[in-house]
Amino acid sequence: MEVSLTVNGQAVTSEVEARTLLVHLLRENLGLTGTHVGCETGYCGACTVHVDGTPVKSCTMLAAQVEGAEVTTVEGLANGELHPVQEGFWERHGLQCGYCTPGMIMTAAGMLADNDNPSEDEIRHGIEGNLCRCTGYHNIVRAIEYAAAKMRGDEPAAPDWEVV
Amino acid sequence: MATTTSALGGAIRRREDPALIQGHGRYVDDIKLPGETAAAFVRSPFARAKVLSIDASEALAMDGVVAVYTAADVDSLGPLIAQLSFAPRPLLNGGEVKHVGEAVAMVVAENRYLAQDAADLVFVDYDPLEAVIDLKDAHSDRVIIHEGSESNTIISWAAPFGAEPEDQQAVRDQIEADKSRDDTVVVSQEMINQRLIPTAIEPRRVLAEWNPGYRSLNVWSSSQIPHALAGGIAVSLGLPTTSVRVIAPEVGGGFGAKLNVYNDEILVSWAAQQLARPVRWVETRREAANSTIQGRGWVGTATIVGTTDGEILGYDFDGIADMGAYTQNFTVAIPFLGLFVGSGQYKMPTYWKIDCVATNTTTTDAYRGAGRPEAVYYLERIIDMYAREIGMDPADVRNKNFIPNEAFPGAVSPIGFAMDTGDYSTNLNELLEVADYAGMKAERDAARAAGRHVGIGLSSYVEVCGFAPSGLADLGFNWATYGLPTAFNGSGLVRVNPDASATVIIGTGPSGQAHQTTWAQIVSDRLGIEVDNIVVKHGDTGDSPMGIGTFGSRSAAVDGAAAYQAADRVREKAAKLAAHLLEAAEEDVVFADGGAHVAGSPDSSVGWGDIASIAYQVHKAPEGTEPGLESEVFFTPSNATWPFGSHLAMVEVDADTGNVEILRYVSMDDCGNVINPMIVDGQVHGGIAQGIGQALFEEAIYDADGNLLSGSMVDYPIPTAGDLPAFELHRTVTPTDVNPMGVKGIGEAGTIGSAQTIVNAVVDAVAPLGVTHIDMPLRPRRVWEAIQEAR
Repeated sequence: MEVSLTVNGQAVTSEVEARTLLVHLLRENLGLTGTHVGCETGYCGACTVHVDGTPVKSCTMLAAQVEGAEVTTVEGLANGELHPVQEGFWERHGLQCGYCTPGMIMTAAGMLADNDNPSEDEIRHGIEGNLCRCTGYHNIVRAIEYAAAKMRGDEPAAPDWEVV
Repeated sequence: MATTTSALGGAIRRREDPALIQGHGRYVDDIKLPGETAAAFVRSPFARAKVLSIDASEALAMDGVVAVYTAADVDSLGPLIAQLSFAPRPLLNGGEVKHVGEAVAMVVAENRYLAQDAADLVFVDYDPLEAVIDLKDAHSDRVIIHEGSESNTIISWAAPFGAEPEDQQAVRDQIEADKSRDDTVVVSQEMINQRLIPTAIEPRRVLAEWNPGYRSLNVWSSSQIPHALAGGIAVSLGLPTTSVRVIAPEVGGGFGAKLNVYNDEILVSWAAQQLARPVRWVETRREAANSTIQGRGWVGTATIVGTTDGEILGYDFDGIADMGAYTQNFTVAIPFLGLFVGSGQYKMPTYWKIDCVATNTTTTDAYRGAGRPEAVYYLERIIDMYAREIGMDPADVRNKNFIPNEAFPGAVSPIGFAMDTGDYSTNLNELLEVADYAGMKAERDAARAAGRHVGIGLSSYVEVCGFAPSGLADLGFNWATYGLPTAFNGSGLVRVNPDASATVIIGTGPSGQAHQTTWAQIVSDRLGIEVDNIVVKHGDTGDSPMGIGTFGSRSAAVDGAAAYQAADRVREKAAKLAAHLLEAAEEDVVFADGGAHVAGSPDSSVGWGDIASIAYQVHKAPEGTEPGLESEVFFTPSNATWPFGSHLAMVEVDADTGNVEILRYVSMDDCGNVINPMIVDGQVHGGIAQGIGQALFEEAIYDADGNLLSGSMVDYPIPTAGDLPAFELHRTVTPTDVNPMGVKGIGEAGTIGSAQTIVNAVVDAVAPLGVTHIDMPLRPRRVWEAIQEAR
C-alpha cells in the first residue's frame, strides 16, 4: 500500500506493507536513521517522534496510521540549527552513548512546548516513558532545565562543574 | 622541554555530541549495504532438550527466503571457544540445548520481516529433559548438566589467593577459633545477589560483508571488543586475522553485554561468506535478555567475627556463582574479579571462596562492575549488620578497620594482592562532613520520632580496574583463543599531520564514555595543539593498533596512558625540530599555544605548522632526521589500579506499601586524577543508577522450567527518571603511581558503591520494626513482606 505524509516539512509518498511500523518507514524507506529502535514494545522511547506535534513512540504505530499526518523526527527538529533542548543536552552532558537521545530530546521538546517552566519533579515524570541506561537521568534533567530557561528567555543555571 | 598549556582537568563539552543530538550518529543498524539480506534465529523454548529433528521445508519454500542453516551446516566451524572457556557454546545446537533462547537454526531472507516470518515456520522437534534452574540445586550435583562432567561446579576460586589450601584453611580455622572467644560477636547472613540483564538501550547488531575477490570480511558490530571479535571470526572461519576487519561504529551502551565474541557474530559473518551477500542481524529485546549474557547471580554467606568495640577479627565468605549454561569470554573470571576485592579496603584476615556452577539458564558474564559489586555487596552488608549488632556507628566501624595510610606504598590486601594507592579514612570522613552525616542522623531520628520510617545507608568500596598488567595474561587475561596471544595492553598512535592537525588512533573505543573528547584532551595536554585541531579515531580494526577494548574501567588508565606516552615521543622529536628552527638548545624549547618557543622568550616562537613542515620535508631539518611526526605506543602498567570511595544514602520506607523513596544520595569517589570532570561525573551518575536498579527494581526471574519471565522491558524495570533523585557527587583525589597520568578509572565505581548503600539504608529504616535483612531487589512487596514477617 501507499502512504503519503509530511516528514520534517517535506511531502513524501512511500510504498509500505500494511504491517510496516512507522519507525521502519522512517528508517528504512526514508533513510532517517536518527530515530532508534530499542525494545519493540513501546517501553524504552528511543523511537519517539512527533506526529502532528505530539510525541509518539513510532515502534507502536503503523506507517498506515500516519496517512496525511505531519511527522517530525530529530533530524527535522531544528533543521540544522540546534533546538534549545539539543543545545541543553550538549551543554549539560545530557547524553553518553547517544542511543536514547533522539527519543529523549523529542519527548522533552514536546513537554516544553506545553510547559516551559516545569519543576524538576515534572521533568522527571514527564520523561518516564523514555529510558536511559547511561546517565542516571541527572544531567538529562539539567539539560531540560537549561532548555526551559532558554525558551523562557532566562539565564540557565550554572552547571555542576567548573566551566573552562 | 615542557608544556605550559593543559587541557587535562577541563570540563570541555563533548565532541561526540553535535552528531548524536541531531540524529546523525551512525550505529550499526544505520549503515546500509547494497544487496543486503537479513538473518533471524530459531531459538529453543526449552531449558534442556534433545533436538530430534528440524524441518525447514516450509520456511525454505517461502518467497524471499535465501537459506536456512542448522548445526550440521556449521559443525565444521567448531564450537565457539571463548577465553577461559570450560563449557564451549555450539554455534548452532543440534544436540542437547541447554537454555531457553539457545539458537538451533538461522534463517536468511530478503528482509527482516520475511526472516522472522520464516523463522516461525521452522519446525523443531524436541525431547525435553530435566533442567536444573535453581543454583543450589545445580550445586548439589543432583543432575549433571554437561555430559561427561563429574560436577556442575566448573571451577572454584579461593583466597588468600595463591596460598596453599592448608594455609587458606588455617585462616578459616583462626576465624572459627575467634568465634568462641568471650569478647567477640559473630554476625552471619546468607544473601542473594540476584541475576541482572545489562540492558543497553541499543541491543546488539551485526552486519557482515564478504569480498570474494580479496577474500576478506568487513563486519560491523555493536561491540566493546572489535579486535578480539576480528580474531574470533578469523579463527572460526579459518581466515588470516588480517582478512577480517571489524568496525564498531557508535555503540549504544555496552555495560559488559557487548564484551563477548558471540555465536551470532560468527554465524552472520560465515553466512555472508557462503552467500556472497551482506547479511544483517538485529537483536530483539527478548534476545538481548535471554541469548546475550546476563550478570551477577550469586548466593553466599558472609560472616564477621569481631570484638564488641568494633575490631573485625576475621571475615569469611562462602558463595556459589551462577555461570548459566555455557562459559563465554569472562564467565568464570567474574567471580575471580570479585575475589580481588573480597576483603575490600579492610585489614582483617579474610577467607573467601566461591564455586562457579553451571545451570540451564542464560550464560552470565561481565555486567558493569563484574564480580566486584557482588563481592563488595556481601562485605559491606555484613559490616553494617556487625555495626548494628554491637551498637556502633557504621562509619566508625569502617574507619577502625581500614588499611591505614602508613601501609602505602606497598600495601597488600588480606586477600593477597598489592594495591597501588589508597587513603580510605580521608575519603570516608570527607563524605561524612560534606553530607552533614550528623545532621542526617538527627533528621532521621526526628522523622522516626514522628512515626516515619527513615533510614541512612553507608558503604565504602574498593575496586580493581585497569586490569592490564602483562603478567595477568598467564591467568587467562589474554586473547589467545581468538588467535591473538596478547596481554591486555593499552595502545595508541599519535600523529601530527603536515597541516599541523593531529590524528590520534586508539585501540579501544567508547560505548558512551567520550573517548573522542578525552583522548583529544590527553594529546592536547602533551602537545599544546588545540583540542579542536585533534581528531580521535577508534573502533576500526582496519586502521587501529591492536587494542583490547573498553571494559573494566580500563580505557583511560591503560589506553589513555599509551596515547599520553605516544604524544610525549612525538613531542621529543618535535622539540629537536623546533630547536633547529629556533636555533636554540632542545632543552630550552617550551610547547605552548599551538607551537613552541624558547623558554623566557615567548615572542620568538614557531608553530606546529612550521615544525610539521620540516618533519615532512626533512631536507630542511637537521641531518639524519627521519620523515614523519608520529609515534605508536603499547603500554602495560606495573599493577592494576584500585579506585575507592564511600557512598551515603537516606531513604524513606512506606511501611503500609513497602515503597522505598530515595531522599538523598551523596557519593565521594576517588578515581585518582580526573581528565574531564563533567564526563567523570556522568560515569558516576550512570553507575549509581544501575546500582540502585539492582537494589530496588531489577531481577532476571526464571520459572522452575527455565523460562525467563522478565524478558521484556515491561517485566525488567530499569530505573526511570521518576525513580531516581538528583545525585550529590564529590571526589577525593589519590593518584595512582602505575600510569603517567595518575588516573585510576571510573566506569564502574558508581555501580560498585551503590547497591548495598541503598539496602543498608532501607534496612536501617525498617530495623526498628525488627527487620535485619531483605534480599534485592527491594520491590515494595518484598519490603512489605519483610516488615510483616518481622512484626
